[in-house]
Amino acid sequence: MSTDKSKTNKKNIIEISKLNKWYGDFHALKNIDLEVKEGEIIVVCGPSGSGKSTLIRCVNFLEKFQEGTIVVSGTELTDDAQKIRKIRSEVAMVFQHFNLFPHLTIVDNLTLAPIWVHNETKQEAREKALKLLDRVGIKDQAEKYPNQLSGGQQQRVAIARSLCTSPKIMLFDEPTSALDPEMISEVLDVMVELASEGITMICVTHEMGFARKVANRIIFMDEGQIVEENDPDKFFNNAESERLKLFLSQILTH
Amino acid sequence: MSVYDQQATRKPPISQIGAILWLRTNLFSSWINTVLTATSLYFLYLMIPPLLDWMFFNASFSFGTINFFGFDIKFSEAMATNTNCGREGACWPYIYEKLYMYTYGFYPRTETWRPNIVFGLTASLFVIIPLIKNYKYKNRVILSMIVFYPIVSYVLISGGFGLLPIVETHQWGGLLLTLVIASVGIIVSFPIGVVLALGRQSKLRVIKLFSTLFIEFVRAVPLITILFMASFVLPLFLEPGNNSIDKLLRALVGIALFQAAYFAEVVRGGLQAIPRGQYEAADAIGLSYFQKNALIVLPQALKISIPNIVGSSISLFKDTTLVLIIGLLDMLAMVGLTTADPYWLGRETEGYVFVTIVMWVMLYSMSRYSRKLELRFNTENTN
Repeated sequence: MSTDKSKTNKKNIIEISKLNKWYGDFHALKNIDLEVKEGEIIVVCGPSGSGKSTLIRCVNFLEKFQEGTIVVSGTELTDDAQKIRKIRSEVAMVFQHFNLFPHLTIVDNLTLAPIWVHNETKQEAREKALKLLDRVGIKDQAEKYPNQLSGGQQQRVAIARSLCTSPKIMLFDEPTSALDPEMISEVLDVMVELASEGITMICVTHEMGFARKVANRIIFMDEGQIVEENDPDKFFNNAESERLKLFLSQILTH
Repeated sequence: MSVYDQQATRKPPISQIGAILWLRTNLFSSWINTVLTATSLYFLYLMIPPLLDWMFFNASFSFGTINFFGFDIKFSEAMATNTNCGREGACWPYIYEKLYMYTYGFYPRTETWRPNIVFGLTASLFVIIPLIKNYKYKNRVILSMIVFYPIVSYVLISGGFGLLPIVETHQWGGLLLTLVIASVGIIVSFPIGVVLALGRQSKLRVIKLFSTLFIEFVRAVPLITILFMASFVLPLFLEPGNNSIDKLLRALVGIALFQAAYFAEVVRGGLQAIPRGQYEAADAIGLSYFQKNALIVLPQALKISIPNIVGSSISLFKDTTLVLIIGLLDMLAMVGLTTADPYWLGRETEGYVFVTIVMWVMLYSMSRYSRKLELRFNTENTN
């Protein structure tokens, strides 16, 4: 197992131990143990139905789990609504289908959480939102509605929206899977830039180029458990488990 | 390799445009449709001429002299009576004579300006709402109208508070009463319906059970039963001799609860159309349950539900005529009441036709209006 030298002296921001989750009888997550250090970039991959999305959705409690513990920046996840809201204000999420609010303009999508959750004034929130939109390159679309934007632009708005509350951790749930091929790179560019700024990221993605470029660790999941965890170099060139070798051969042939 | 000349643009063949095409596709597209068209035309031929005869050509328009905003319009020397109207045509002077009853019931004639202001206010609301486009103040203006309109209307119509002479509810009648029942029914039941719809989707078992039971119980019972319960059965349970709860109020409570159950189902339909991703995104950015519903879910769900909300409101509007069976004198009840006047015996037909026309005008404008609202909301978020 790998340890990235530059991160060893940083403290853990996410600690997942003995995590188990069932959907009815289906054992979706099996004894997951995972520690993420501050500023680390983790890529999670694996075949569909392997529990990758479920795992990261447990981190901000969009999914309930039955056994095990998750500690996010010192707060343990429980049913307590107060704690959940505290964690959600520190953990932002970007979804596969963007999930922008179609009845609000782009800038209103961004200012919603700052105004209603973090009690910022409209003016502050708006200024910050416009700065973020500028950063993801769509400032001139601020007054449009989400449906007027392309998929890639919508996803960049979604990233800007999740950055609006200055989160410590970003969760990406297959952010490029619903995009047309020519729009994938504009979203990945934004993510690469984010990664260079020291924010903690967990990305569920099949973009192996992205993984190779920015990940500190890559986690391969299959059938609800972590099969292999390695740094990018070993992951791609020296896979240990047979299942990962098979998976890589399937996705890297083209 | 070939080069082609530029082709001239032509109009389509004459059989493919305009009236001929329309007739072909809509009336004579197959032999069945041709037969149906012919049959319909025959029935219209049977019905329309006698109707026109009755309504206009054989009808009496001898209103005498009418004062219309200060101008005297002379229709005839004197107003027609029931007997010199004749039986082969409508006797419109009867409607004119009883117009006050149809509009205000037994509302004191000296106080008519009060309901008139409310009528004007109501009409102006419908004109003002689509004009509010300035996003910044839109919500505030609409909110204040929602709050102030009912209060002002109530104070004006019922009086009291040391401002205006009290007009008791048994004096209210006609169109005024119809509008009061319909608008109170709709305005009061709407928020209750939204809460019930959310309750039915709640994760809290008790709230979910209560909402479901209430909705399913009320929806399984005819409005007439609820009105009877509110009017005759409820007082049996109250202290004997205590008539402190007004009859109109009891009917209104019954109607509002009845309508709330229907609105709840309509709104639930809208809620179910909201993708799960919207809830998840709202959760993920840290909104509370209340914020999530108020800011994200309901605005979208209600917009989707507009056609059904209006449809349900129109049904309620029509159902208000049922209140005549518990002795409230709404517009329809006025037909019976005014033709019981010995002077105008036997003029029910005119009354029913008149009420039909008024109802149709109001309800048809309502549905056109909602269609406008829908289109306007739609243009806001798609191109």
